[in-house]
Amino acid sequence: MSERNIVLQVDNLTMRFGGLTAVDRFCAKVEEGRIVGLIGPNGAGKTTCFNMITGFYNPTAGKILFRGGDVTGYPPHRICREGIARTFQNIRLFKNETVLQNVMIGAHLRQKSPWWGVPFCLPSAAREEREVEEKSMNLLRAVDLHKVAYENASGLPYGAQRRLEIARALATEPSFLLLDEPAAGMNPHESRDLMDFIRRIREEFKLTVLLIEHDMKVVMGVCEHIWVLDYGICIAEGNPEAIQSNPKVIEAYLGEEALEYA
Amino acid sequence: MEKRKQRDRILNVLLVAAVAGGLYWAQGNLDGYKIQILNLIAINTILALSLNLIYGFTGMFSLGHAGFMAVGAYASSLLILPALQKEMIYILDPLIWPFSVLQAPFFVAVLAGGLMAALFGLLIALPVLRLGGDYLGIATLGFAEIIRVVANNITFITNGALGLKGIPDYANLWWNYGWLFLTIFVIVRIVNSNFGNTLKAIRDDEVAARAMGINTYRYRVISFTIGAFFAGIGGALLASLLTTIDPKMFLFIMTFNVLMIAVAGGLGSITGTCIAGVLITFLLEWLRFVENPVTLGSFHIPGIPGMRMVIFSLSLLLIILFRREGIMGMREITWDKIFRTSPKGGASS
Repeated sequence: MSERNIVLQVDNLTMRFGGLTAVDRFCAKVEEGRIVGLIGPNGAGKTTCFNMITGFYNPTAGKILFRGGDVTGYPPHRICREGIARTFQNIRLFKNETVLQNVMIGAHLRQKSPWWGVPFCLPSAAREEREVEEKSMNLLRAVDLHKVAYENASGLPYGAQRRLEIARALATEPSFLLLDEPAAGMNPHESRDLMDFIRRIREEFKLTVLLIEHDMKVVMGVCEHIWVLDYGICIAEGNPEAIQSNPKVIEAYLGEEALEYA
Repeated sequence: MEKRKQRDRILNVLLVAAVAGGLYWAQGNLDGYKIQILNLIAINTILALSLNLIYGFTGMFSLGHAGFMAVGAYASSLLILPALQKEMIYILDPLIWPFSVLQAPFFVAVLAGGLMAALFGLLIALPVLRLGGDYLGIATLGFAEIIRVVANNITFITNGALGLKGIPDYANLWWNYGWLFLTIFVIVRIVNSNFGNTLKAIRDDEVAARAMGINTYRYRVISFTIGAFFAGIGGALLASLLTTIDPKMFLFIMTFNVLMIAVAGGLGSITGTCIAGVLITFLLEWLRFVENPVTLGSFHIPGIPGMRMVIFSLSLLLIILFRREGIMGMREITWDKIFRTSPKGGASS
């Protein structure tokens, strides 16, 4: 592999909640166009890492550099504007809205006309509204949800809700996508589809993907580089083969899942 | 799709024309009391729509409506009161300079009332919207009280507890319903735009909305300010309709009535609010009979003043207990739905 740009770099990222250190001096560099993973047992601090990167938590110490710029402590909406989008572990769709509206809400970020454009009947605003709708419809086509565009988002089956959440994140035109347990609650067949799906959207939207996952099949199958957190400390990093044979990692997982693939 | 939009537009124009025709008939054939009720329906619906934008669509529990109405009412009344009348009613302190000479046509005065209320709404929103949920309700309630108390005390502008009397009664059916249609138009356009979608997103899941790049604080402030603007419009129209205002008019009960309409109609439903606006304003008047003495055979029940409000509080309780989503919930009555239920429309769609 040739030299690639570093898209995201975190230095000594630390988060303390009172006396508890959820994440302790986490360092990582993510190369452009990669699919990388963050794994670890429950409560290891993976989601805390996500929340720091996406601005929901302000890290106690450490730095987050995105495309060379310091984004530490930015509020979530600015992080998103910079080009980092995320999904949530427990799906957070806008339940009372239609599938299409959900995606359009994501697309609103890149909309230029002001809010009063539509009530004041500006033709430019109306045009842009139509463009946003079209763009959102195209995104739905890309994730194969265009047939249910006008249905209520909460009525979708579980796997489709996951895809919709990803489509909504893509609507913000990110260059970096964080997926928090995308395969949670999926059967083996669905998670295989998901792996293909993640690879496909990376190509299609020129993304770098960082994912948290418990399903080792997915992690080992799709990730090119992996970090392992345990009690907030990064105990290992490397490619899937190296991680699978790392004794520390096997120990952290009590030999269960990791040994299976060692 | 385009065809349907065209059809909806024509139907909307027809609906407005039908209402206008009805108003024309009402003006010639109904007595003053009934026309007054029709006027109140328009104003209450404007107020409830503005609250629905804040509470129903953006999910901010606000109890400050009476305050914004007061601001709108005073601002517009000061602009339409004749100079002579101003000199006459300000007994305690004379009206201070800019207000004593300012005059404006009714439309501009009402607009100014709305803008003034929006300015107050903005100033209140900036600190208070950092709060969420119940805290926001308490804080806005407090601000409404502050506005009322201040109005009571700055006698050189508001004439204090004496209030303003002899406000010209420009607010006839045409003005009120004109403003109502303008309010409906603007709020419907906002709610159906992608900006409106983001407001609903903030209501549904603020965390997800922030992750989608929405500056939720800023959007909440905008929505709150628009709501305050239309509350001010409603207050301005009410002042001209009643021709007299005083700070006591803008007690919490005022907010309560508006809240009741919004909740009964369905938070997040514009058609629901319109239906409830008609229904509840009508009931508020019609139920006056329960306050009259009643003779049932040999029984004689003396009139109990305030009985109406007991019934209304109870009905609000019942709504919240048994039909929390109100008449319409978050649904809307659209032309599409009307045509789909009728057999003829069902075949064509």
